[in-house]
Amino acid sequence: MIVPFGHIFILAGLIFAMGLICLVAHRNLIMTLIGVEVMMNAAAIAFIASSLRWKLMEGQVFVLFILAVAAAEVSVGLALVVSMYRRTGSIDPDHYDILKG
Amino acid sequence: MTLFALIFYLLAALILISTLLAITRRQPVHAVLYLIIAFLGTAALFFLLGAPLLAAFVVIVYAGAIMVLILFVIMLFQRFPRELGLLPQWGPATFLGIIFLAVAAAMVFKDPGSGIILQGAVAKPRDFGLFLFDRYWLAIEIVSILLLVALVAVIRLGKKMGAADHEAESSPPICQTGVRRDSQNREAHP
Repeated sequence: MIVPFGHIFILAGLIFAMGLICLVAHRNLIMTLIGVEVMMNAAAIAFIASSLRWKLMEGQVFVLFILAVAAAEVSVGLALVVSMYRRTGSIDPDHYDILKG
Repeated sequence: MTLFALIFYLLAALILISTLLAITRRQPVHAVLYLIIAFLGTAALFFLLGAPLLAAFVVIVYAGAIMVLILFVIMLFQRFPRELGLLPQWGPATFLGIIFLAVAAAMVFKDPGSGIILQGAVAKPRDFGLFLFDRYWLAIEIVSILLLVALVAVIRLGKKMGAADHEAESSPPICQTGVRRDSQNREAHP
């Protein structure tokens, strides 16, 4: 006997909303990536809770894939951030206006 | 309230507080350090909800590899970028986040199954591995191809970065891509 199913989903929703706010509100590109990580973490918690509720192991399999996708996403994202920093000297997306004629 | 419920609420409070501290920091280094605490709490939560193998993976991949990768990249900037504030639209963003949360909470509590008390069960790592490679071996292969593609993309981006720095030198800058390749291999392992 652990806790009601809804409480774990509320926890996941709270973490997801915090990641969403972090993703939208910050000016720093690294903080944006951190927001995406937090949102993926919330999705993983929801999957694990569903896996325990329906006694199906597919939820845990999906969490494994979420881990792999998060690893790939953050490494490519950070490489892009570093590349743009070398090119423009800033990690503020407002300064990425070199296409302006 | 059982002992398991007490542990769950303590872990939930730990995760929520450390995530809240993380997303309000201006310095990414501080945010990453708070986020490591949040991910360790998540790993303990996975263990409580019967996924010991995934708890170990979260500690290794999230709290270990990804966070250390972000810290390394922050240290890669020669002069640290000045502190960047919030966007001027952070108020509407927070408002939209709260609306999303309200709708999600209403949906969860409207669901008649949300009051079900979860019974503890553990997926043993041996059973989990057998299940995974019995039914989802193709998905595992696709994910490994995804990691390979990410590896190639990161090496390509790193080489272009190095070539811009050492335009006069003809030799490819091996040292700059080597670090990235190592960390990528470590992530691809689990």
